[in-house]
Amino acid sequence: MKYEEDNEDVKITEVFGFTKGKKKTFPLVNAKISAGFPSPADDYIDRKLDLNEYLIKHPSATFFVKVSGDSMIDAGIHSGDILIVDKSLEPHNEKVVIAVIHGEFTVKRIRKKKGDFYLVPENPAFKTIKVSQEDNCEIWGVVTHVIHSL
Amino acid sequence: MKEQKICLVDCNNFYVSCERVFNPKIKNKPVMVLSNNDGCVVSRSEEVKALGIKMGTPVYKCREKIEENEISVFSSNYSLYADMSTRVMETLKNFSPDIEIYSIDEAFLSLKAFKYKNFYEYGKEIKNTIGKWTGIPVSIGIGKTKTLAKIANRFAKRNKELNGVFEISKEGNVDKYLEMTDVQNVWGIGHQYSDFLRKNGVRTALQFKSLSEEWVQKKMTVIGRKTLLELKGIPCIEIEMIPPKKKGVTCSRSFGRSVEKLGELEEALSVYITRAAEKMREQKLIPLTMHIFITTNRFKKKEPQYANWIDVKLARPTTYTPELISLAKEHLSRIFKEGYRYKKVGVSFTGLIPVEDIQQGFFQNSEDIEVMKTIDLLNQRWGKDMVRFFSSGFKRSWSMKRAKLSKRFTTKWDEIPVIYCD
Repeated sequence: MKYEEDNEDVKITEVFGFTKGKKKTFPLVNAKISAGFPSPADDYIDRKLDLNEYLIKHPSATFFVKVSGDSMIDAGIHSGDILIVDKSLEPHNEKVVIAVIHGEFTVKRIRKKKGDFYLVPENPAFKTIKVSQEDNCEIWGVVTHVIHSL
Repeated sequence: MKEQKICLVDCNNFYVSCERVFNPKIKNKPVMVLSNNDGCVVSRSEEVKALGIKMGTPVYKCREKIEENEISVFSSNYSLYADMSTRVMETLKNFSPDIEIYSIDEAFLSLKAFKYKNFYEYGKEIKNTIGKWTGIPVSIGIGKTKTLAKIANRFAKRNKELNGVFEISKEGNVDKYLEMTDVQNVWGIGHQYSDFLRKNGVRTALQFKSLSEEWVQKKMTVIGRKTLLELKGIPCIEIEMIPPKKKGVTCSRSFGRSVEKLGELEEALSVYITRAAEKMREQKLIPLTMHIFITTNRFKKKEPQYANWIDVKLARPTTYTPELISLAKEHLSRIFKEGYRYKKVGVSFTGLIPVEDIQQGFFQNSEDIEVMKTIDLLNQRWGKDMVRFFSSGFKRSWSMKRAKLSKRFTTKWDEIPVIYCD
């Protein structure tokens, strides 16, 4: 920010916390160096499995949100679950998305049919919403995974 | 040589935009973000700008407007802004390997490798991608030099019909826009020089561009000359991909309320030293001098005023926090005076030299280094301040006033957005 206050006695001298977090996982090499034969396994060291790598394709566009309510229970989304949301993906037909409708976030399946556009719950107790122009509906992101504790 | 273009990406009303990503209710509504201690306005939505509230206005001066217009007000949520900034910058790296992160909300991209691309179209693609991936709206200025890209960005931001992307390209076109640009809005020309230029009849960027190089260099040093050449489309200011090592580290903040007791000042100072020392260890730097300062609130004219500072030359340069804290306490007590209401205490470390320039073990004892490494690691792993020094205190009743703080939506598991689906 190019802005400095001097009509008040506060000054942002430095914004901390902007160093990019470096997180690296290294394989655990435990073969001690010694006189003798090297372990034949040393040539086959793989990187540890990394869940981030598996679940998140676009780190800078990926966010986590928590679900409250059960309108998506038949899609395997329970109240209290954490969703992984990728904002970079296109909200294709039948994707589960985070939508904003009337200024509120919601999780629904998106369905496009004959030029119409619906937000579909996955629970018979809830109604499908037909989205019209006036609703100002915005697709915030596409849900890629559910984190559900057993 | 391939044609080079510089692209300046600037986030629109960045702090406000960060708040809006996680709070769709305030889209298209007036929103403002306040500085430390909720003192003044530091980020305004377009709606707030339209109400005539200026940058830096103390919040008590716009209370009425806030209520009348139902402006949503937020305290600065640095954890959120820093994370969102990183996301924007990381996304930008997909568009050019040559990127200079200029500030929390601005970056220069060098587009010299994109000979066959239409720069303007590329700019639109950048804007759309950042918007989609992060939710942050940006403006994009493209020009032959950094200075021209800055000017282009001003137009992109201000003229709605440009839709946030503008390229200053052909010669005639450039001059037309330079004529519309006040000289004080040219990057690198400060207030003093723009006053001086105005006295000499130079009002617009175009008039400045027509001055002779010699005259500008004589009156405004080589920096002025570089600006002149840049306006002519000759690149003089390189993209700095590696940020220069810090010359000094400062950590200070105003208190939420006045503080009178030495003990409380010591506590605050210890926290700042801890932060600064962490920062220096992270950057592998060692300070030669520690500068401590205290001040009362000079805006409370009725109260007795006092401010003082002291420089501590470190006989044994170190980033070992406990040692710095005890030294600082000793010196703070020398400048501290009873009977004043203090508003601020702070510390700066200067004369920073790279650790590798110091003979290991000569200044720092290796056991101390190990202790600090372990503490840094624990704090990295378990969160800031998991392990801290006793003198930092546990109450922190003096800490910043942040009454309207939003959640740390992207950096704390128990604060991520909740989506209601019922």
